Amino acid sequence: MIDFGYSIRKDRLIDYDKNDKRVLKHLKDHEPSVLTCIACGSCTATCSAGQFVDFNIRLVQTLLRRGEIVPLKTEVQKCMLCGKCILVCPRGVNMRNLILAIQTATDKLK
Amino acid sequence: MQDPNDLHYPGKRVIIIGGGVAGMTAASRLADLGEQVILLEKEEVIGGHLRNWDRLFPNRRPGYQVLDDLQKSLDGRVGIRCLTTVESILPQGSGFQILLASGESLACDALLLATGFDLFDATKKEEYGYGIYENVITSADLEAMFRSGKPVMTARGKVPERVGFVHCVGSRDEKVGNLYCSKVCCVTGVKQAIEIKEQLPEAELFGFYMDLRMFDRHFEEMYYEAQQQWDINFLRGRVSECAENLDHSIVLKIEDTLTSRPLRITVDLLVLLIGFIPRPETLRLARMLEIAMGDDHFLEPTDEHTRFNHTARPGVFIAGANKGPLTISHTIADASSAAVQIHNFLHPVNEVHP
Amino acid sequence: MISFNLFVLPFSLGLIYLLYMVIRWWYKWVKALPEEEREKFRKGIFSRNFFSALKEVFLESLIHRKMFKRNPLLGYMHMSFAFGWFLLILFGNIESRIYSTSHVNPPYYPIFLKFFIHDKTVLWFEINTVPGFFRFLMDFLLLFILSGLVLAIIKRSKSNWFGMKRTTQYQLTDKVALVCLWLIFPVRLFAESFTDGYYGGGGGFITQHLGNLLALIFQKSSRHIAYALWWTYSLALGIFFVTLPFSRYWHIPTEVLLIFFRHFGITPKKVSSSFTDVEIGACSRCGVCIDVCQLGSAAHIHDIQAVYFIRSVRDEQVNRDIALRCLVCGRCQEACPVGIGADMIRLIERNTFSGSHDADFTYLPELSSSTASPYSFPALKSPSSPSQPSILYFAGCMTHLTPAIIKAMKGILKQAGISYHFLDEAGTVCCGRPMMLSGKHEQARKLVQFNRDLILRSEANTLVTSCPICFRVFREEYNLDIRVLHHSQYLLELIKAGKIPLQVYHRRVVYHDPCDLGRGSQEYNAPRELLGKVADMVGVSQERQDSLCCGGSLGIYTISPQKRDLITKDALEKLTLSDPEILATACPLCKKTFSKHAEIEVLDIAEIVYDAIPK
Repeated sequence: MIDFGYSIRKDRLIDYDKNDKRVLKHLKDHEPSVLTCIACGSCTATCSAGQFVDFNIRLVQTLLRRGEIVPLKTEVQKCMLCGKCILVCPRGVNMRNLILAIQTATDKLK
Repeated sequence: MQDPNDLHYPGKRVIIIGGGVAGMTAASRLADLGEQVILLEKEEVIGGHLRNWDRLFPNRRPGYQVLDDLQKSLDGRVGIRCLTTVESILPQGSGFQILLASGESLACDALLLATGFDLFDATKKEEYGYGIYENVITSADLEAMFRSGKPVMTARGKVPERVGFVHCVGSRDEKVGNLYCSKVCCVTGVKQAIEIKEQLPEAELFGFYMDLRMFDRHFEEMYYEAQQQWDINFLRGRVSECAENLDHSIVLKIEDTLTSRPLRITVDLLVLLIGFIPRPETLRLARMLEIAMGDDHFLEPTDEHTRFNHTARPGVFIAGANKGPLTISHTIADASSAAVQIHNFLHPVNEVHP
Repeated sequence: MISFNLFVLPFSLGLIYLLYMVIRWWYKWVKALPEEEREKFRKGIFSRNFFSALKEVFLESLIHRKMFKRNPLLGYMHMSFAFGWFLLILFGNIESRIYSTSHVNPPYYPIFLKFFIHDKTVLWFEINTVPGFFRFLMDFLLLFILSGLVLAIIKRSKSNWFGMKRTTQYQLTDKVALVCLWLIFPVRLFAESFTDGYYGGGGGFITQHLGNLLALIFQKSSRHIAYALWWTYSLALGIFFVTLPFSRYWHIPTEVLLIFFRHFGITPKKVSSSFTDVEIGACSRCGVCIDVCQLGSAAHIHDIQAVYFIRSVRDEQVNRDIALRCLVCGRCQEACPVGIGADMIRLIERNTFSGSHDADFTYLPELSSSTASPYSFPALKSPSSPSQPSILYFAGCMTHLTPAIIKAMKGILKQAGISYHFLDEAGTVCCGRPMMLSGKHEQARKLVQFNRDLILRSEANTLVTSCPICFRVFREEYNLDIRVLHHSQYLLELIKAGKIPLQVYHRRVVYHDPCDLGRGSQEYNAPRELLGKVADMVGVSQERQDSLCCGGSLGIYTISPQKRDLITKDALEKLTLSDPEILATACPLCKKTFSKHAEIEVLDIAEIVYDAIPK
């Protein structure tokens, strides 16, 4: 099987084949609007928490869709739930509800 | 040759509502085909939005050349009524009776709606500061600046050192209720950036985009030229809000998505690339004529692929940007097609459809 | 000798069970109160508040005054059952004491009086003490209740006559209890009538005449039919009592306790408490909250209204959807005749669904006096004029997305020559209320702490904010000793002090009450007075306590943008009925939400005031 050199540095890559996408599925059920995200970055740009700390909600959500759930739990604790992100999103994604759902999902994952 | 304004012209008459690019083109082609055409325009002169553009993409040729070309083709062959608005339309026989606001009534055998588009009102995107901060302008304002021949400058007459372009203002945005892409704004942004660079080679130019839609022939090459020849920067990130410094320059709140970091940037002039919106007038006429509209309130032809100038009502045709955002070249093509369809409607032949 | 018959058993056993349940739960609920509140309860019983509570029990639980205000027919219907039955029991007891032959009267005696008196063959019409009075009164009260029953039956198909478009969808227990309740009085009527008819006397203007007619038809069978009906009457009562604690009628005793709690100064908490449990039991499922809910009327969502939510809490079946799908606009609790704080309970339940995480706000900057930090600033109080107000302006997260408001505020304050500090100009730490709306009350306190420290550091004595959400939380949660004003209140003060010259707009303006400023903070007048000075106000049918939510709500978590749009458009339609030129808002979120769909101009009151300043 050809692996294109992916196996050289496994910690670097997003292994889409192997990633556990159950969290993603659970979240898609709770907040279907997340399907339409185009990763434009408006949410991260306007984020209240993002002014103070390295909290990149677009990145967190994009990684989630790739099945990368490791940073999720600690990252979403930073959210102030202020709601600015939903007020600027051009696709109508309800990030705020997604974050709440991530918090409960990662609770269960323990 | 018979005076086209003569209301006793023998033969079939077509009335076109809207004297912009689509209306003028269709009028000219229909005149070529021997029909009598009366063109109704609500402004003082015909020409529509084309009158406001300086140079057109993709080759940056002067817009007035196209306008002149179209206008010349109408001279003496088409009846033109400016400052004319349509009050109501009633079916009459196999044609229509158009009641104008002046009280006059015109009969026709076929009707073409070429009512065009409006530009998005950028004040609705309040967080960008249009109408609030003096150095935030729209692409239309910039184009007017180009047309006036005056050099590009800030509100207080300073030469800008850095100019930013915000893509997708009023388009692809659930928050203003316009989900569609306005198609032409990306290429306009790149064109205008190049044009500023031509004037101000020392200025730093930035385009802030979600996607760069360079869909037509020569567009991608323009993007390449913008980067290679003019050193224009393209930053992938959607501006979330703007603020004004004491010196009236604009600070942008943006995430540089390609590096996943917040990026601080100040510009002297911010240009909002505004999109198209459907005209309320089109909606009014559409409801009156009971022809289809999409959820986006642009007109919906009978078939997207095979009958794209027809409507559900026989004799009523549509052409141009009232069907959705369209470039000038595509509008001319679309209107030409409409003219043929109208001609065939008026003189039924065995139309072959795929 | 004690009067007894086997048929009294269902009633008696049911009653015993019901009394046991009431005593048990009341005891439990009072015991579960925190120590200070138990004290309040003890003290309250012997205080004047006891009588004010009794008065409210009379006016609301019996007369249903608030129901009457909502709709007279609805009020009469509820009153006739409650007050009528109360009077029936009361006078029935008096009557039985007068006419009984024994000193020991079991509780069932007055209920089944007509059965026993006849059974004893004591010709009670021979007794001189007011013979006709009770016969008339008891029949009259029965008629009173039955008139309500007829209305209740009509309401099932013609609810709009009662001012209700939609009524509560009942579950099985409620249906069973309802059927029993509805059977009780007609069955009593016929039981008494058959008995009176058979014995040829003892009945009132209804029961005697009906009884005589029935005796004519059924002859000797009347006695047996009567007996069967007495059994049915007892069973209806018994089953009703037994199902009562598990049905909506549990509100009958529980509402009484709730009224006492309130009058004794016991209050709801931010977490689940005894008070909340009592509130939940006090919901009668009358359904008045259904029509006022915009999620139902505009967005066609019909399963999450307060009545269903409270039912799900009582049944311990709250799911995420029902907890998070609420605008928290306050319309339901405004309409509730029992005054249940449904919003507060919704937030308490949300705690379960918002994750047990500690929020991590350790990234918030240290407040230091170092001038390098954007959060340091010199004390605002000028030493030469310590009595001058030193103003802090807090724009809030949302206002940064509506910068026209900031520009207007800055312009007005400059015009008035006010020196102030713009607290969150560099960037806002959220006031905390949006987080509280997710139920994460404890976590939000960290945000509150930061902002509070910041505000106290400034030594300002007046805090002005242009966002009602922030305004509400500053007042309710921040414990600030300084004056906290919404910008509409502050601007009005400035105008009254002559600090701002104004010219009248003469444009037609309609004002929209934001949920958190209106129902949330009881401020309805300042914005109106302010606007009245610069523009021509036009009326709107639903305003003040009855105002509509714009739909922008941060209180709702699970809603699609399309459904939100429906709510906004519906509110806009109602606001623009009288054809205004401008929609005036006092909230940046309302402004942003309305701007999306409004065809007229949407302006914040600060913008309108600023525009009216001659320049």
